[in-house]
Amino acid sequence: MKSYEQINDKIVSGKAVVLTAEEIIDYVDRKGLEEAAREVDVVTTATFGAMCSSGCFLNFGHSQPRMRITQAWIDGVPAYSGVAAVDAYLGATELRQGDPANTYYPGEFRFGGGHVIEKLVAGQSLELHGLSYGTDDYPRREVRTTFTIRDLNQAIMVNPRNCYQNYNVAVNSSDRPIYTYLGQLKPGMQNLSYSSAGQLSPLLNDPLYETIGIGTRVWLAGAQGHVYAEGTQHSPTCERGANDVPTEGAGTLALTANMKEMRPQFVRGASLRGYGVSLSLGVGIPIPILNPQVLKRTTVRDRDILAPVIDYATDYPNRTGKVLARLSYEELKRGEVTVLGKKVEAGAMSSYAKAREIAGILADEIRRGDFLLARPLRALPVQQVFRGLKIREDRR
Amino acid sequence: MSTKRLLLYFPKSETEKPIVYHLVKDYDLVINIFRAKVTPEEFGYLVLDVTGSEENIARGMDFVRTFHVQVDEAQKGVRWDLGKCTMCTNCIPHCPTKALHVADRATMEVAFASQLCVECLSCLENCPYGACSSIF
Repeated sequence: MKSYEQINDKIVSGKAVVLTAEEIIDYVDRKGLEEAAREVDVVTTATFGAMCSSGCFLNFGHSQPRMRITQAWIDGVPAYSGVAAVDAYLGATELRQGDPANTYYPGEFRFGGGHVIEKLVAGQSLELHGLSYGTDDYPRREVRTTFTIRDLNQAIMVNPRNCYQNYNVAVNSSDRPIYTYLGQLKPGMQNLSYSSAGQLSPLLNDPLYETIGIGTRVWLAGAQGHVYAEGTQHSPTCERGANDVPTEGAGTLALTANMKEMRPQFVRGASLRGYGVSLSLGVGIPIPILNPQVLKRTTVRDRDILAPVIDYATDYPNRTGKVLARLSYEELKRGEVTVLGKKVEAGAMSSYAKAREIAGILADEIRRGDFLLARPLRALPVQQVFRGLKIREDRR
Repeated sequence: MSTKRLLLYFPKSETEKPIVYHLVKDYDLVINIFRAKVTPEEFGYLVLDVTGSEENIARGMDFVRTFHVQVDEAQKGVRWDLGKCTMCTNCIPHCPTKALHVADRATMEVAFASQLCVECLSCLENCPYGACSSIF
């Protein structure tokens, strides 16, 4: 048994034993659970993938004369300004003004909020266009200027739904290609698309949220941020395997961190043909090895994590709840799987290679004493169902 | 005498120099242009057959490279930018010849075997990050 304080003392003295969630599997096999739990202090988990709920609050500072800014566009992408003067919120899935979207189906969605966020973190110059109605204290009505992230007072990423615990595997049973947030799906179930780092993914290594909670310090694209709330659509009451690992979506995390400290290679705007724009992000979360039970959770393997195969041509859009099959991440990562007796090529929207890289970077930062663990202020809910939207006909 | 098909990729600033003129005049090469795009202030390319002695072709290409022009014998218009690729593997089921492939299933790292590419451009349509591009 170890405490957060003991683990942090070892990190500060440069003596912490840190392994990634991939490395720990063989390590525990070799050493046994009890001995490994005594030796290992931290296991690092990570994921990299499209996280559509990403966004940020920006503060531009005040001009002379002052302007409140009630409407704003950054590189042509609308940023919500119904907040305090010269603050704006930019969402990853916002399209550039005038984007034809899916008018010419499938649309290209070349540029949007996610790309603006990528440019900001990369230190590139962006154009701000702001309008206002003018008041006695904020008389200016229009501004047009360029800025970089260094000119901003704050650039704080605020992502209410990151790190989905598990995710759907999408196929298309129809006779035409379809375009989804998991990419293009060819007709007749020729290909499938999944999105999870599997055995490296944070919440699959802590399935009942025993160490990851509100207040946990996280590595968000290179910056040290934290979990600020349960994520939107956090729905831990779900089907779980014998190892307590969910076999469907389940938990999510709300994350925040300072964009000025982020690394551009882990903040990438994404264009999904026929669907829209998004932002792909890298996240790393350390798991403190407080006891053998916590360690056991982190030894979960790809073959023991199942994801539901859903038909995105019919069952997903109509929300029928039908699951065609369940596949393990070991099968998915082979690149070719059998679904309902048919050979299907597998691709992913998340990057296992990047997740591995992030788990390694975070492990190095902890070994060097640069990243300390934070004890959660509050646990995430373990019981909570997912509600659908009721459409009431009798609008009173 | 021999004939080689070459792709000359011109960076933004070098497109206004009479490079083909010098290849003919100074290096005694016969030039047959198949495809070209030369737009002022933009990148440009030339796909051409070059006929001449091995030595003159080599000297001619050395001359071309002094203008920071890339000379590519593979003549493939599709380029895969490792720096932009996130290795998500979304492109893999869409590449019909497995030119884009997972090089190592343990690390899930993606690689591009340009000799297998048939330039169907599926990767351009499916890469969320613009890692694949075509100069044609």
